[in-house]
Amino acid sequence: MVNFILLILIYTGVYALMAIGQNLITGYLGLLSLTQAGFFAIGSYVTAILTTTYGVNFWVSVPLAALLSGFFGLLIGLPTLRLKGDYLAIATLGFGEIVRNILNNWDKVTKGPMGIQRIPMVSIFGMKVSPYTKWGFLALVWVFVVVFYVIFERITQSRIGRAFEAIREDEIAASSMGINTTVYKVWGFVLGASVAGIAGSLQAVFILSVTPSVFTFMVSIMVLCMVVLGGMGNFLAVILGAFIIQFISYFPQLVGLSNVIPPQFKQVLFGLILVIMMIWRPQGILGRQTRGAPGLLRKGGER
Amino acid sequence: MILLEAKKLTRTYGGVIAISNVDFHVQKGLITGLIGPNGAGKTTLFNNMTGLDTATSGQVFFEGVDITGQNAHNIARMGIGRTFQNIRLFKELSVIENVMIGLHFSTGKSPTTGRVKAAFHSLIHVKEEYNTLEAEAMKWLEFFKLEALRDELAKNLPYGHQRELEIARAMATNPKLLFLDEPAAGMNPFETDALMNTIRRIRDIGITVVLIEHDMKLVMSICDTITVLNYGQHIAQGTPTEIRNNPKVIEAYLGKEES
Amino acid sequence: MGSSAEFFQHLVNGLTLGGIYALIALGYTMVYGILKFINFAHGDILMAGSYIGLFIYNAIRGQAIGAWTIVAFFIAMLAGMIFSAALGMAIEKIAYKPLRRATRLAPLLSAIGVSFILSNSAAWMWGTRSRKLEYPFHNTPIRIKGVSITPHQILILVVVVVTMIALKLFVDRSRIGKAMRATSLDQDTAKLMGIRSDKIITITFAIGSALAATAGFLIALEIKIYPSMGTMTGLKAFVAAVVGGIGNISGAMLGGILLGLLETFGVALLGIPYGLRDTIAFVALIIILLVKPEGLLGKVEKEKV
Repeated sequence: MVNFILLILIYTGVYALMAIGQNLITGYLGLLSLTQAGFFAIGSYVTAILTTTYGVNFWVSVPLAALLSGFFGLLIGLPTLRLKGDYLAIATLGFGEIVRNILNNWDKVTKGPMGIQRIPMVSIFGMKVSPYTKWGFLALVWVFVVVFYVIFERITQSRIGRAFEAIREDEIAASSMGINTTVYKVWGFVLGASVAGIAGSLQAVFILSVTPSVFTFMVSIMVLCMVVLGGMGNFLAVILGAFIIQFISYFPQLVGLSNVIPPQFKQVLFGLILVIMMIWRPQGILGRQTRGAPGLLRKGGER
Repeated sequence: MILLEAKKLTRTYGGVIAISNVDFHVQKGLITGLIGPNGAGKTTLFNNMTGLDTATSGQVFFEGVDITGQNAHNIARMGIGRTFQNIRLFKELSVIENVMIGLHFSTGKSPTTGRVKAAFHSLIHVKEEYNTLEAEAMKWLEFFKLEALRDELAKNLPYGHQRELEIARAMATNPKLLFLDEPAAGMNPFETDALMNTIRRIRDIGITVVLIEHDMKLVMSICDTITVLNYGQHIAQGTPTEIRNNPKVIEAYLGKEES
Repeated sequence: MGSSAEFFQHLVNGLTLGGIYALIALGYTMVYGILKFINFAHGDILMAGSYIGLFIYNAIRGQAIGAWTIVAFFIAMLAGMIFSAALGMAIEKIAYKPLRRATRLAPLLSAIGVSFILSNSAAWMWGTRSRKLEYPFHNTPIRIKGVSITPHQILILVVVVVTMIALKLFVDRSRIGKAMRATSLDQDTAKLMGIRSDKIITITFAIGSALAATAGFLIALEIKIYPSMGTMTGLKAFVAAVVGGIGNISGAMLGGILLGLLETFGVALLGIPYGLRDTIAFVALIIILLVKPEGLLGKVEKEKV
């Protein structure tokens, strides 16, 4: 049981990273992008390929994973970000599927549907962080979460973050105030993509293998649900959202009812969460952050 | 001296001619009015001079420099600020944050600092930069007597204050030239009087003002010079008295007199 | 390259595929025209209608292929259309209408949620295995001058052409059609003119959903019926609508046909592997968004400043 809770917490952490990225893109910039699964996959495979085929250290592969994900964020972002929000959503939707398609078919590099196995475990100062003894890995993941929480929180509290929000509120007015909206949107997109790539790296050294079937559209939907449920524009809230969604995801197994409750149950539930939250409480459970001067831990609150 | 000049500016959409061969200039230090019946092309002219629209032909010069076809954000950085016909505030941001957006590029990239370096600086000095911008923004709020409302969300402001906030935000960009698009729309006579005072005060601190307006009392009272557009064409230009008595202008507004 | 017979073969195949895309694209474009909103769940609505049609068809068709099976097929298709229309109207009322005045993102997120609910509920209730829709006739190809065309393809082409003509006449000539066009141009003014925009919106959803169900049922003969059949086909039909000019009925028709031709000729001539066939649509989307984002027949919508 404890083991299971630890599993949920580890996944919460991994997904929280993606949710933080999504929050920046959707909560602050107001762009609806459904790409996190794709960048998650790219990051995973970069770490997998580098650590297995090329014997690269995990810690070296992480920035490379972030870089490549960010690069693809740039590639996808540039043509699509100048469009209205609705188009962006559809354009980005296909991206994740295309990535999965390529991963499935590019046998030479990605080993196709079988994926890459026997990924070496992470080691810190010579000590192996085994995903089997969950505590160590839990700490590892959450260190990442805290680091990126601080980074992204800082970004959004700064002049840059205010510019993001201005773009979300009224792009035309923002550009008339001297903000180069294209540059900001692309940067936001790249940042969100990079952190998803890092989440992918962590996933790879947790499961110790990567297969294309893991990175479905469902991942992007779950991440979106986390942001919507927790509260758009509030990083602590999306971390909470990550926990709730992961909890729901593993609930049948947790209570031993996984034979009775079909896998579609949680998926229908996620869909319901999206619809109900939008109609009933679009600001999420914790709501947007209160406005005011920057402080290290800004509370979420009613707006 | 001529601060802004548009030469033979034309903007067509498919078959529709919004403005045609319009010459328009703005003298530094004066308050210039831009009037004309609805659909005359006034906002189109504004948009083509502030980078929100691209002219089909013609040129725009600011301080002698050709700015034709420049992006809105570059034009803002060069010193042209503006408000909008349908108020475009950042609704979910607070009053003071709206003004702080106007100050955005004041701490951004500059001829000496690259974009990335400026960004890192902003990220390292979050609190200090906030305080600096906040202080500056407060000065503009005080200019408009909005300082008490600083933490209100922009969307919750009464209409008149929203218009003032929009002007305050534009002023925060430190413009040499300020475009006001129908600032008096929807205002009662008292508010309009207050607005007239505000515009005079803006002129007094050295900012050149151009305004589109339908409120003739306002226009005739404070404008030093007026340009008139009709059906996308420049039909007259002169002092308020001259414009008031110009037969072409009268015809444009009232239609041809039955003889 | 092959002979002209090959060309015409691909043409036939492309036009039939394109017709299907066009019917589905119409639903997207009509809803977008009125609400400026992309109904993510459109594809899943057609999937639901296809399932209902399947059940009805299997219940009433009997065993041997004959005149009755064809009649039964059309009855089932009609049932599916009605079901989809009702489902579309219900979804609009429950999940979209409350969000009409909300932020831009809200209805999109809601639509994504609805799509997810529909496709997973279908998988839950009816399993993920695909089900075969039996042909109501013998689908033996007819050869004309080296080009083979199946009765199925003829059926599709006939239905598509008839539907498009009927729709165009309806939108251009009928009172409701005019009301739809008025509402899509300027909803507030249309209301002032006495047009009940709510009713128009409901009708639009009904028609769009019914058309999509028709397309779904027709193509199901070939691709079978399964819970996620709406997602990919719907996505491609959306691309077709965008390529043609979203909000524009003629654009949806053009875009659908164009995409069908592109896919068919792309696989045949450029040797694009069948598995990557879907990428053609995605690439087409990126290209049109870069070159002419308002679509081939679309008008540039300049935001009023």
